[in-house]
Amino acid sequence: MNSTVLITVVSLSLLALVSSVILYFVAQKFKVFEDPRIDEIQAFLPSANCGGCGFAGCRNLAEAMVRSDSFEGLNCPVGGEAAMKEAARILGKVAPVVDPTVAVVLCNGTPESRPRTSRYDGTADCRISNSLYIGESDCSYGCIGNGDCVRSCTFGAMYLDERTGLPVVIDEKCVSCGACVKACPRHRIELRKKGKKDRKIYVACSNCDKGGAARRACKVACIGCNKCVNVCKFGAITIENNLAYIDASKCTLCRKCVAECPTNAIVEVNFPPRVSKAEPVEENASI
Amino acid sequence: MNNILTVSPSPHIHGKESVQKIMRDVVIALMPAFFASVFYFGLGAIIVTVTSVASCLLFEYLIQRFFFRKPITITDGSALVTGLLLAFNLPSNIPVFIVVIGSFISIAVAKMTFGGLGNNPFNPALVGRVFMLISFPVQMTSWPVPKGLATGYADAVTGATPLAIVKEGLKNGESISQLVGNLPSPARMFLGDMGGSLGEVAAVALLIGFAYLLIRKVITWHIPVAVTGSIAIFAAILWLSNPEKFADPMFHLLAGGVLLGAIFMATDYVTSPMVPLSMLIYGCGIGIITVLIRVWGSYPEGVSFAILIMNAFVPLMNANIKPKRFGEEMKNG
Amino acid sequence: MKTFPSGGVHPPENKLTAEVPIEVLPVPEKVVIPVSQHIGTPAVPVVEKGDKVRTGQLIARGNGFMSTNIHSSVSGTVSKIESVLDGTGFRQTAVFIDVAGDDWAETIDRDQKVNRECNLSKEEIVGKCYECGIVGLGGAAFPSHVKLTVPEGKKCEVLIINGVECEPYLTSDHRLMLEKGEEILAGVSVLMKALGVTKAMIGIENNKLNAISHLTEISRSFTGITVHPLKVKYPQGAEKQLIRALTGREVPSGHLPIDVGVVVQNIATAFAVYEAVQKNKPLFERVVTVTGKDVTRPGNYLVRTGTSLLKLIDAAGGRPESTGKVVNGGPMMGKAISNMDIPVVKGMSGIVVLPENESLRNAAMPCIRCSKCISVCPMNLEPYLLAALSEKSMFDKAAGERITDCMECGSCSFTCPANRPLLDYIRLGKSTAMKMAREKK
Repeated sequence: MNSTVLITVVSLSLLALVSSVILYFVAQKFKVFEDPRIDEIQAFLPSANCGGCGFAGCRNLAEAMVRSDSFEGLNCPVGGEAAMKEAARILGKVAPVVDPTVAVVLCNGTPESRPRTSRYDGTADCRISNSLYIGESDCSYGCIGNGDCVRSCTFGAMYLDERTGLPVVIDEKCVSCGACVKACPRHRIELRKKGKKDRKIYVACSNCDKGGAARRACKVACIGCNKCVNVCKFGAITIENNLAYIDASKCTLCRKCVAECPTNAIVEVNFPPRVSKAEPVEENASI
Repeated sequence: MNNILTVSPSPHIHGKESVQKIMRDVVIALMPAFFASVFYFGLGAIIVTVTSVASCLLFEYLIQRFFFRKPITITDGSALVTGLLLAFNLPSNIPVFIVVIGSFISIAVAKMTFGGLGNNPFNPALVGRVFMLISFPVQMTSWPVPKGLATGYADAVTGATPLAIVKEGLKNGESISQLVGNLPSPARMFLGDMGGSLGEVAAVALLIGFAYLLIRKVITWHIPVAVTGSIAIFAAILWLSNPEKFADPMFHLLAGGVLLGAIFMATDYVTSPMVPLSMLIYGCGIGIITVLIRVWGSYPEGVSFAILIMNAFVPLMNANIKPKRFGEEMKNG
Repeated sequence: MKTFPSGGVHPPENKLTAEVPIEVLPVPEKVVIPVSQHIGTPAVPVVEKGDKVRTGQLIARGNGFMSTNIHSSVSGTVSKIESVLDGTGFRQTAVFIDVAGDDWAETIDRDQKVNRECNLSKEEIVGKCYECGIVGLGGAAFPSHVKLTVPEGKKCEVLIINGVECEPYLTSDHRLMLEKGEEILAGVSVLMKALGVTKAMIGIENNKLNAISHLTEISRSFTGITVHPLKVKYPQGAEKQLIRALTGREVPSGHLPIDVGVVVQNIATAFAVYEAVQKNKPLFERVVTVTGKDVTRPGNYLVRTGTSLLKLIDAAGGRPESTGKVVNGGPMMGKAISNMDIPVVKGMSGIVVLPENESLRNAAMPCIRCSKCISVCPMNLEPYLLAALSEKSMFDKAAGERITDCMECGSCSFTCPANRPLLDYIRLGKSTAMKMAREKK
């Protein structure tokens, strides 16, 4: 009895010893050096792994930060300034100032303004209906309304408005990761600079057709009439392909263009007092 | 509104097939076996079947209503089929509360936890049945002797199934030739005049159902033929090696749940493979495991376990066994 | 009877217009002729506003090899060159012509006598096809001269003529075979000459017995042309399936029929080739089946290209009250159109008007893994898997499962008892996988 116990203990101990020696050498041989700062930086990143920075996940961004000399092109839109400052502190670098952005939908074609000319009965997937045909209205540029963007949002910051059939971004929840921008097959979502108090003015239309055709397809289409360009004192508005675009970095949110737009294609959001809060793509643009 | 055209991707027409129709066909195919069970076991068969079907439908409804909060889909008929199949796997004198528990396990645990129709890896009715077999071994293995409408429900006279007779006999050192006297004749077994689960006894009724399913193209021949064929071959090899120790293949096919399992349980769409070759492998696996359990295992019957074991291999087969694609190689006439 | 080996479905045939003779539609008051009626580069207009044109005159020249010429289908004045909506609602350039009389270009031989003799060389025939703007009339509108130009190092052994018309409802090819049998066979001989083959096989499904016996009768006076009845099964008209059915040859994945020594042409194309080569007549009119259960005068109409679809529907008794969906092509592979005011183009083989109650899909249920989609897939793919992979955007994996072999016949969606939109997702996955493959190159 005793000898059995002894043999067992000794043989197992020997086995353990040999294995540990082998393991030690193997560990030495295949050791991977990891910069401890990667872990430190990662601790300050949001761990959402949303891909908004252009990397597969937060850890990949942290690795890239440690590797790069400057912070050129590296930014976590979700963590924002706070996360970037921490990362810069850990690495002893200076974080570039990146303006926070928010997703906006560049279409305001509600059923009232953009009459439905057909009924789509296929799978509710924008990619499928976009490759099939123009969509339920005569506008070949506008929102399709099957909600690929809403499904792509992992932060619950978007929903489809049942009445308008258009996606709505909830500004407070949007972290501007850009997933919806990639999901939209017509590229009708833009990440725009956040203005003071979340205010923003933008052209809620993407129609590049000539004025007449655009207007026929949708009442609130931008017709490229140049009125807003003329009224803007800051040169923030340009027209290309019959479509106006307001450069958010030049825009001073003066609202002159909003008043001038004959089709109400320019939308103002979060301006007191006549605008209710957090309803970015509503028909509240009219004066 | 009338002016607006509908647009959708092709095809613009759809065939006549639907899930409801398939389930209805399965129910129709099960009817001969149900009538046979009423013929042999009387009232008990009806009580067990009705309880099982009703509780399966009820549990599915409750779970969809209060947990999924999605549209109720009990009208698709899948819970009805599960309820019928579960009942067919039970003795006709089993207490109602056990049937309800079994139905709960079938629907709630084996089906709904995985997301409902189409997502369950294991056959729900069999999971329920095996759960009951392990939890209530006494009630699950007391088989009423078929006495027609006079069988009664709670007060039925019970006896052993042919498989149990053979198992016990061989264990006690008797040889097959000594046991033959205690066994029903093959003709009686074919007609279903023996102890057993209420739906499994009447081979003839099950075969009628099989023919119906084949005609309606609900199932293909692959799985049932593979199961019965492999059982017959395996059993024949054993029998030829020693007819005194092993029962003959005909006995193996007609006794117990082989036909019910091969025709109705193993062919369950959701839990069976999708490519003909995989179907054959899957069927053979069921057949071999069944005979192994029957001959060397501790249970007299092994079809349920065999099907559940092979269910586990289905995803593996679906992922690795592919049909031969058109144009895989150049064919020159 | 011959057919392809695996898969296939039997949709209800509904060939309502099989007994209705081809009717010539009067020339409309104006036509709108798009410059892109074929697969490939759009043609470039060579007329200007105010130009007078004659029927059959060139109005847009093909732009490169993968393109073809477009001709005026009427005589009159060009009123404008502008964009027009097509069936998918997108705009494309078209020539608008106001019709005056019907003055044909004098080069066209309008004699009805069948001319069987062809003394042109291979190159001349192919050139004529390009000149006359011939495209595949089965629906895809693939420029014919491209198909007839056998690539260097390959040899065509058999010409296959597709008279299958496996799509439900459509009968334009059927009627053409009955009414223009001799011309078609003369066209087949011309095609044989262009390809340098001595053997041509015409495949016709067994639901067109009169066409089979009619063509068999005529083919006795032609050398090398045989007519083969085929078992009725969709999609037999698909190139690869037809080749398999008739010759037993299997076109390998990712290859063209010419790789197994076969070229396939449609019946209507053979007729168009005959007219182009023997009669010098460019492709500016075609037979279109207008049909549907509620259409009052369903029929097969010989229509000039550029005619408004509304005119064509009017000729067939007007748009039925019950209209829910209008399909350009057959109901299995055709495209639903969003707008009825579109011009008839070369590739339009039929217009199927489906009533409201047949237009909407049934609600999809979860996949029950019945494997019916696998058993009906003529390419032996696993549609349930391909659709699931596409839905989850796993396009790499889908490409590994040969999603690009799918020819979008729709048998899987047609069969699926759970009404799953399998083909919707497979089409998405296929186009994405093909784009990814192109980008890799």
